[in-house]
Amino acid sequence: MGATVKFDDLTERCGEWLRGSGPEADIVMSSRIRLARNLADFPFIRRCTLADRQAIVKNFQQRIFKDGGLQQAGIDKYLVIDVDKLERVDRQFLVERQLISRELAESEGATCVALNETETFSVMVNEEDHLRLQVMHSGLDLHNAWERINRIDDFLESRLSYAFDDRLGYLTACPTNVGTGMRVSVMLHLPALVLTKQLEKVFRALQKISLAVRGLYGEGSQASGHFYQISNQITLGRSEEELIDQVAEVVPMLIEYERKARQFLVKESQKDLHDRVSRAYALLCGAQTISSEETMDLLSSVRMGINLGLIHDLEIPVVNKLFIHTQPAHLQKIRGAALDRADRNIERAVYLRQHLRQDGEGNKN
Amino acid sequence: MKCQHCEKPATFHITEITGSEEEREVQEVHLCEGCFREYINQPEEPVEPNASLLGALAQQFKIGKTAEKLAKLDAQTCPMCGISFQEFRQIGRLGCPHDYEAFGAELEPLLLNIHGATEHKGKRPKRNASRRQSELLRLRREMQEAIEKEDYERASELRDEIRKIEAET
Repeated sequence: MGATVKFDDLTERCGEWLRGSGPEADIVMSSRIRLARNLADFPFIRRCTLADRQAIVKNFQQRIFKDGGLQQAGIDKYLVIDVDKLERVDRQFLVERQLISRELAESEGATCVALNETETFSVMVNEEDHLRLQVMHSGLDLHNAWERINRIDDFLESRLSYAFDDRLGYLTACPTNVGTGMRVSVMLHLPALVLTKQLEKVFRALQKISLAVRGLYGEGSQASGHFYQISNQITLGRSEEELIDQVAEVVPMLIEYERKARQFLVKESQKDLHDRVSRAYALLCGAQTISSEETMDLLSSVRMGINLGLIHDLEIPVVNKLFIHTQPAHLQKIRGAALDRADRNIERAVYLRQHLRQDGEGNKN
Repeated sequence: MKCQHCEKPATFHITEITGSEEEREVQEVHLCEGCFREYINQPEEPVEPNASLLGALAQQFKIGKTAEKLAKLDAQTCPMCGISFQEFRQIGRLGCPHDYEAFGAELEPLLLNIHGATEHKGKRPKRNASRRQSELLRLRREMQEAIEKEDYERASELRDEIRKIEAET
């Protein structure tokens, strides 16, 4: 196996997509593309027996993952994890890092994920479809993400027989994904549009052109931390490039709206804004116990404050990392023990104090 | 009588007629004044791709189908994976790639509703899976059934056939 990465190594690190670089990274957290693919000779997952699911995993292990097979697709170091054998907290940990979906975390029997060292690529086996490939880059970087995932898909296709129909394209378990099987999403940080109450108007306009809006953790999740994912709804009848362009064209407009809303706040209520940002920072640095929701909310204000030059001694990658590392499973992994809600809130406050003070004192590691 | 949309008393009673000439569907709608205003001011739904699959499914099969027709539709099964159309309608997930062919006539308007299109445009695999591969699906299922019935002779025949196709592909 090409695995020189260990599962536990992930805990202290953070995914490259959080590094806060790439175009428009002050507002665009990440760009993600996923492809849904199925094997031609197995039923879709809901109709699979356990033996089928095991055979599918074995298939991928032997044809793709073993002996560093993915290196031929440009994935140098990677790790293959049997998700069904993981403890609940470890599964949740992978969900929080956006490496697997909640659906995969909750399913039982022969599921796995392969992910690369920088966590910019992952492939889930036996989720809703046999394969769900994902490439995630920092900032607004859809075209590079597409180039990369397309290459990986080409490699897989050379070794597997995908379920494909000449007229309908890639066949998927759910008809909403058929055709390209592609979901293009861009995660945006839109605190000023929330504060100025303009978000709903913007989203209604997006839905009219069949783009979907979701929260930080995808379908059905709340938009915590004022993060919103914009993605395509349609997968059939348009080429991959057209789908990417549709999202790529709308994002600069959203960025501009957000920037304008920020400028408006700076101009019209500079004092209130500065106060909000400073209080948020002070609370995060001084709290003794704090919930995940409050943390996300405060971090959002701090993140905007850094971008507006109201906070000088903290950097965006640190804040990006804190959004993920203060999630429940992360705190438990970092602490190395199971913690109930109350203990997590205390642990979260400790973690925040440590990391914010450390970085606040001149960005020493 | 209470309004269907809220708890206020219903003062407007509407008979809504939908469906085609041959198959009229009549529905009674009871609303309070506030909800009635909203109801009559609703613009005609434009034909837009429908985001929610189950919503689209419900919409498509509710309109213009008699109970008898619907039952007949629901009883259809895919010869490869054995899923019935009713099961698909309930869970919103298909059973195997062959369902797109087996339920083609019903899926076509659904795809049009969801995507506004019925033809793939975009990437194609360089090589196509052979049709025999979906046969594998059926053979594996039949083998499983034979084992469950303890018909081991049939099961071993099927296993040989499966191995043959697996070796070819």
